[in-house]
Amino acid sequence: MNRLEVRNLSTFFDTDEGLIRSVADVSFNIRAGKTTAIVGESGSGKSVTSLTLMRLLPRTASTQVSGQALFVNRTGQTLDLLTLAEPQMRAIRGNEVAMIFQEPMTSLNPVFTIGEQIAESLRLHKGLDHAAAMAQALRMLELVEIPAAAQRVREYPHQLSGGMRQRVMIALAMACDPTLLIADEPTTALDVTIQAQILALMRRLQADTGMSILFITHNLGVVAHHADDVAVMYAGRIVEAAPVNNLFAQPQHPYTQGLLACLPGQQRKLAVQKDGKRRLYAIRGQVSSPLAPPPGCAFEPRCDKAIAACREAMPALRVDDAGGSARCILVPEAA
Amino acid sequence: MPLILRKLFRRRIVLAAAIALAVVALISLFAGPLSGLDPNETAVSQRLSKPSSAHLLGTDELGRDLFARIAFGGRYSLTIALLTAVGSVAAGTLLGLVAGFFRRLDAPVMRVVDAMMSFPDILLAIALVGILGPSMINVVLALVLVYTPRVARVVRASTLVVRELLFVEAARAVGVSTIRILWRHILPNLMSPILVQASFIFAYAILAEAALSFLGVGVPPEIPTWGTMVAGSQQYAHQALWIVLFPGLAIIVTALSLQLLGDGIRDLLDPRLRKSM
Repeated sequence: MNRLEVRNLSTFFDTDEGLIRSVADVSFNIRAGKTTAIVGESGSGKSVTSLTLMRLLPRTASTQVSGQALFVNRTGQTLDLLTLAEPQMRAIRGNEVAMIFQEPMTSLNPVFTIGEQIAESLRLHKGLDHAAAMAQALRMLELVEIPAAAQRVREYPHQLSGGMRQRVMIALAMACDPTLLIADEPTTALDVTIQAQILALMRRLQADTGMSILFITHNLGVVAHHADDVAVMYAGRIVEAAPVNNLFAQPQHPYTQGLLACLPGQQRKLAVQKDGKRRLYAIRGQVSSPLAPPPGCAFEPRCDKAIAACREAMPALRVDDAGGSARCILVPEAA
Repeated sequence: MPLILRKLFRRRIVLAAAIALAVVALISLFAGPLSGLDPNETAVSQRLSKPSSAHLLGTDELGRDLFARIAFGGRYSLTIALLTAVGSVAAGTLLGLVAGFFRRLDAPVMRVVDAMMSFPDILLAIALVGILGPSMINVVLALVLVYTPRVARVVRASTLVVRELLFVEAARAVGVSTIRILWRHILPNLMSPILVQASFIFAYAILAEAALSFLGVGVPPEIPTWGTMVAGSQQYAHQALWIVLFPGLAIIVTALSLQLLGDGIRDLLDPRLRKSM
């Protein structure tokens, strides 16, 4: 069963320089109880995708959204997140669909204790009174393995370290037992040991509650360990989507291949260069401006395998036999 | 003593200001029983008498006890100033929050605020009282209108900063409504600039009320405020300096103390200025 089916999602920003298509024709599924990762570099549209799904795009920007995001809630109803009325959307946010952000240092309100902040979500969605909500907040802090939770629940965000705050953010997100957790680079701001702890915690919570996770990251190592399905985004489009093992074993799209070749670990397997030194691989060039996209494939200007036909039109996603798909005309189509 | 107060009073001058204010407030609050005198009781035989044991600060041109009048006047002056501070902070905070948070309302609200700010304070207040007619409540209303734009400006600027902070988005992601975000998440983060503004407006309002009364467009002369006392007795100043001096001193001490206390609060709440303590 799919918890969330995103169909042909596009997000446009109307700027002074013109209409920018930040997310273009993005489709993916998140299976119930599984993790789908969206991977891409800065500006590839992965965060905009998550904010579009939550309907949290900045109000200061004039945005246009098209497509569908069919979400199956606890009671089995299918709702389109993109067309729900704002009050219904508000009832879903934090309740059915929760979100954790990249920056735990600023995601908590400095003037309230962390207990009060977790309690707010419970009071809003579960209708608990103050005492019951605070008691539940304490249990949530214990659930995310915060030591001395009974004391921490009365502390303010500045009294906690970054890793602790991200645990609090997870407790806050988990408070109402969501069915889908959107994690937008939840570990990017943390150091590596804390990253591992947070990821292990999220995994444990997923096993306990059966929630689905949409994991947004640029860290391929994290994806390999924690995702079930992966979608690679480039310049607002999904260029390759596949189950995690297939993607890492046999990347189809030249961009995915390039990303994997960039990993230092991959480097050892590659041939020693002419001058006898081993160099890190880098994809040449940089992402094209969203205001002036290349006429054909968005990756064509940087692609080592580009041929003349690549410049003619944006390739469609081609589905292969193993259930993956890639947006490249060099990838053989399934029979 | 709580840590925050100890920090606030680390500067002696702030402590002195707080004590001075407390004395003024206590005298004003308990004016009746303390002086045992009626501020409006005239005794023409004792007019313009010097400070003595019978009349601590002397008497005015109608023989009224100056200490009693200053004490009672403090009640009115402080009440007017307090109501002005509370009123303009409430109105200014509302306007500033709305203008700072909702982009579409920003320009319309702030242009009106700018227009109000472009008038000189006292001139605007004189005009307003002139239109509304002299009474205590009208003086408060006029001063609230004069000081609301100041608060609105400060609150709007701070709202612009706070609304972009990630915890506001995080609150939205938890499903908090816009009204609740404004009230519960943004407003508490604006408390320090608001508090500082309140203390300064309190001080300005004391001066402004005195100025209005002195110019004869403030509180009606039969109500003893510090401003009406200075205004009413100025023509006797060359015979009996004290009847102008003491109400004037009361104004200076109170306004100065409020300013100093406001400075102290600002230094305490603004980490960038804290080093200078």
